[in-house]
Amino acid sequence: MKNVNRLAPMLVMGAATLYFLVPIWWLLVAASKSRSQFTSTTPLWFADFSLLDNLKELFAYGDGVFLRWMLNSVVYTGGAALLGTLLAAMCGYALAKYRFPGREAIFNIVLSGVLVPATALALPLFLIFSQFQATNTFWSVFLPSLVNPFGVYLARIYATASVPDELLEAARLDGSGEVRTFFTISTKLMFPALVTIFLFHFVAVWNNFLLPLIMLGEEKLFPVTLGLYSWNTQVNQIPELRMLVLTGALVSIVPLVIAFLLLQRFWRNGLGSGAIK
Amino acid sequence: MRGKWKALTFFILPFALLFAAFYLAPIGYAIKQSLYKVERQGTFGKATEVFGGLAQYERVFSDGPFWESIGRVLLFGIVQVPVMLGLALIFALLLDSGLVKGRRFFRLAFFVPYAVPGVVAAIMWGFLYSPNLSPFTAVTSNVDLLSADFVLWAMANVVTWVYVGYNMLIIYSSLLAIPQEVYEAAKIDGAGALRTAWSIKIPLVMPAIVLTTVFSIIGTLQLLAEPAVFRTFSSAVTSTYTPNLTVYSTSAIPNFNLAAAFSVVLALATCVLSFAFLKVTQRGGDK
Repeated sequence: MKNVNRLAPMLVMGAATLYFLVPIWWLLVAASKSRSQFTSTTPLWFADFSLLDNLKELFAYGDGVFLRWMLNSVVYTGGAALLGTLLAAMCGYALAKYRFPGREAIFNIVLSGVLVPATALALPLFLIFSQFQATNTFWSVFLPSLVNPFGVYLARIYATASVPDELLEAARLDGSGEVRTFFTISTKLMFPALVTIFLFHFVAVWNNFLLPLIMLGEEKLFPVTLGLYSWNTQVNQIPELRMLVLTGALVSIVPLVIAFLLLQRFWRNGLGSGAIK
Repeated sequence: MRGKWKALTFFILPFALLFAAFYLAPIGYAIKQSLYKVERQGTFGKATEVFGGLAQYERVFSDGPFWESIGRVLLFGIVQVPVMLGLALIFALLLDSGLVKGRRFFRLAFFVPYAVPGVVAAIMWGFLYSPNLSPFTAVTSNVDLLSADFVLWAMANVVTWVYVGYNMLIIYSSLLAIPQEVYEAAKIDGAGALRTAWSIKIPLVMPAIVLTTVFSIIGTLQLLAEPAVFRTFSSAVTSTYTPNLTVYSTSAIPNFNLAAAFSVVLALATCVLSFAFLKVTQRGGDK
């Protein structure tokens, strides 16, 4: 009886694992094949190993525009997530640790920002930026990506839970300024939470599609998602792009997978904390 | 005391300025734009923007394809959100039940698709669905998953694939936060694993489920990357297939005033739906 009890759950989990990992396995295999073998050999197993050739072709195509897209993505996403996490942390911390008139009003406005879908902002942002002739620039995608209301919400919860008032009081008595206390003491206590906010923000910007799609016209400024999208729309006219799209798709998910693996310890425990409260 | 105000300004002002510039201002600007219309003097005359009152909204409300697209994403959400969250809940409960070995592995394996951006996931599945390139030709050569009948559910599968693991983790971490003592009474009463899951665990992780549902509702109404990509794989996906595609293709015409009105209506619908869901579940929770 006991064995039967264990077998069924393991079967369910095993089948689910196949569902989640086979597509990625397929992508890995597909990206390792030459164009002719991609259509002629069995899709879920390797043929002659041409991954390196595909990579070479990928990074050479269009004067190396793919590498440019990858770097753009890293700067848009990494930069926006780093700075955005800091800004959200400072704001959430202040809302948690100081009493002042208008505190709840500010918090409620920011919180309602969580319910406003980011895609609804893309078009008006485009119109505003075009008033300043600033569309189709790096800043037109980077600056809006800095704002993360959900991060403020999480930071406030975490700061309330993990930074004791007595400690701040003690720092004050020692003559430490408020801002210095934040950077030397509070950020350390909030660090696991900050990593969680960073990850959420990173994925949100990495996935944001409508804003760059509307904002950017020049290929050189594209993030990798938009770049792959634009290649994919041309596959019917330029068939050799197909292998590049597949290889590029594989390359584009590697950084995030690595980031997830390295930061496992944090997202494993941190992700749910926002939901408990 | 002066130090406190200085510090507060330092902490809050940078975020507040950006929030005002890139959240509040666009909302205000979209509302303003949606109240204007373009008038031309003659067919080739100079175009000028004049106040149009609710003219754009009249067009929005009489725009058949837009409401069809709203209906489509609602249908999508009614089916996909429960399936996705149901799977996430089952996997989280199984991980938590102690019946499964290799928890770390499963947690990671299920979460990996979340690292794949929506556009890339859609491209990948687009190939997997295609009748001649797919590894599953046994299925795809008999059923055209990219045809008008199936393509909505083909997209639902992409979204499910990406987000099940993420939602599972949120639910799982709140399962882990349940103190062990809670289970002891159940053990003494001789409740089995299923019984414990149903009457103790699920009620206790309800807040997490509500949160993931709200995020899923918002995400469903905003569906864009998947249909945009699938347009290259399937002719069944039109330029007004989802509300956001409509916004995009209207602004590409370009008719910014009408597109702004679409955006406003869509954002309002999203807020109302997620808010209503929160209210309904909160009322249920009070009992």
